[in-house]
Amino acid sequence: MRNKFADTLYECGRENPLIAIVVADISPAGSMEKFRKEFPERFINVGVAEQSMIGICAGMALKGLQPFAYTIATFSLYRPFEFVRDDLGYQNLPVTVVGIGGGVVYSTLGGTHHCQEDIAIAGAIPNMSIIAPCDPAEAREATIYCASQRKGPIYLRLGKAGEPVLTDKAIDAWQFGKLRYLQRGRDVCILSYGIVMKKAFAVGEQLEKAGKSVSIASVHTMKPLDRLGIEAALKSHRQVVVIEEHAPQGGLAAQTKQIAWDVKASCDLKTFTLQDEFIHNYGSHDDLLAAHGLDATKIFQQLNL
Amino acid sequence: MNIARQANGFDVASARRRCLQFRRRILDISQNVTALHIAPAFSCLETVDLIYHGLMRKEGGRFQDTFIMSKGHGCMAQYVILESLGVLSADDLAKYCKPNGRLGAHPDYGVPGIAASTGSLGHGLSMAVGMAYAEKIKRTGGAVYAVLSDGEVQEGSTWEAFMMGSTLEANNLVAFIDNNDFQSLGRTSETHPSFYPLTDKFRAFGWETVELNGHDAAGLYEAVISREGEKPMAVICKTVKGRGVGYMENVPIWHYRAPNQQEYQKAIAELTEVRS
Repeated sequence: MRNKFADTLYECGRENPLIAIVVADISPAGSMEKFRKEFPERFINVGVAEQSMIGICAGMALKGLQPFAYTIATFSLYRPFEFVRDDLGYQNLPVTVVGIGGGVVYSTLGGTHHCQEDIAIAGAIPNMSIIAPCDPAEAREATIYCASQRKGPIYLRLGKAGEPVLTDKAIDAWQFGKLRYLQRGRDVCILSYGIVMKKAFAVGEQLEKAGKSVSIASVHTMKPLDRLGIEAALKSHRQVVVIEEHAPQGGLAAQTKQIAWDVKASCDLKTFTLQDEFIHNYGSHDDLLAAHGLDATKIFQQLNL
Repeated sequence: MNIARQANGFDVASARRRCLQFRRRILDISQNVTALHIAPAFSCLETVDLIYHGLMRKEGGRFQDTFIMSKGHGCMAQYVILESLGVLSADDLAKYCKPNGRLGAHPDYGVPGIAASTGSLGHGLSMAVGMAYAEKIKRTGGAVYAVLSDGEVQEGSTWEAFMMGSTLEANNLVAFIDNNDFQSLGRTSETHPSFYPLTDKFRAFGWETVELNGHDAAGLYEAVISREGEKPMAVICKTVKGRGVGYMENVPIWHYRAPNQQEYQKAIAELTEVRS
């Protein structure tokens, strides 16, 4: 995903001389080296200094540039949080804050590198948009969108590397602010976003084996959330399942429940999230997700078909 | 590029007259609204006046250079100067901190003449570095001036910005540090006895640095226009908090207190000439 981001940003940077990237001692591979060589003035490495990364991006945006800030998600959003809020949110500047390794995909690095509250935290800032692509193809669409817009700040939650393409058979095109169906069925609708989408497909397969017709939707834009799209999903399926690599508070699960109440949805609604607990386990991404119950078979078994 | 050589001429006698008038104007406002920081504005007034009248270049009625009041609580100094320049109106100042007004006790981006929202300390210099760098890569020739407080230099983010200013070779950036030796709970030099003075520290970070009397606009002007200009510049302005009104000078409560009517009369009577 990060290579696709770098390749896409390079393309956008070639087209638009206002695109710049400010990294904090971490750089995506892919075409980033090409970007750095061809546009050396538009590539800044601040080193291990995340507050100035955001502040400098704000200053550049105040002078008309469209900068991307880039580092590991905990360090791009949490470490300089008040800079993100004041400099980017309050001043409503078109800066994209890229968080690499959103969720718990840095599964061997421990809790300091897990980003399991980012949607709630970024989402609480007025003016902030949030995009969390589920695969490299969506990461490309999201990057193009971020590079094209001048409306305000965006938190772009990316995975890491080597994610499979999940959207090649998508029913709907990617559009900012609209959930998209990756497959369409009648009985159960699974809503998810980000790289935990792989679990949505795994659960979907088990449901299909059990004879269910399954929709899977990527809610890639987590703010502004596509309330109408979620309402339609709640009203057109007997069961809606949210699978989310995020704390229970302030993410897709909590917001889908709010919407279900608001629209008086009558479908069954089940949500599966990370727990409100830090993770002290190590292992693969799947191991960490499983430690908090995000395991396809376990989820399937709780759906009370 | 030596931005300073392009600066306007600067008449110190006029600056003194203006600053007297600005102090009176700020005191007038304090009789309508008590929510204002008088003493922090008085300590940096000569500096901010110099930036607007001596350093920032104007073309076609528009400033070509940028000013950031990083110590946002000093904004009364900026507001009254912007009023005198016609960027803000008397009506704007009459509605300062009022429900139907647009000026608050910290500067807000979007208000005419305000280049960035400040108020939380430690933000302004990073934004100034980003702005100065953008001006350089866009080849606009624009310079950036920032005024920081000496307490603000205790923020780690300020040092990140000092590090980045020199790494990015932002020689079109001048940071003035309003070294009035006060922060909310006491003297800065007593809060962190080994941290101040700052001159050698800024130099060590790769900034061309001078330390001067911050109420001597002629000296400040001379230092900035004759700078070497290879590096970003830090000007440590030795100032007096509350400068110009004897009973306010170096008395911490005037960080945020507004004078009552009697105190106001006394202050106005005193403001006939401010010594440099």
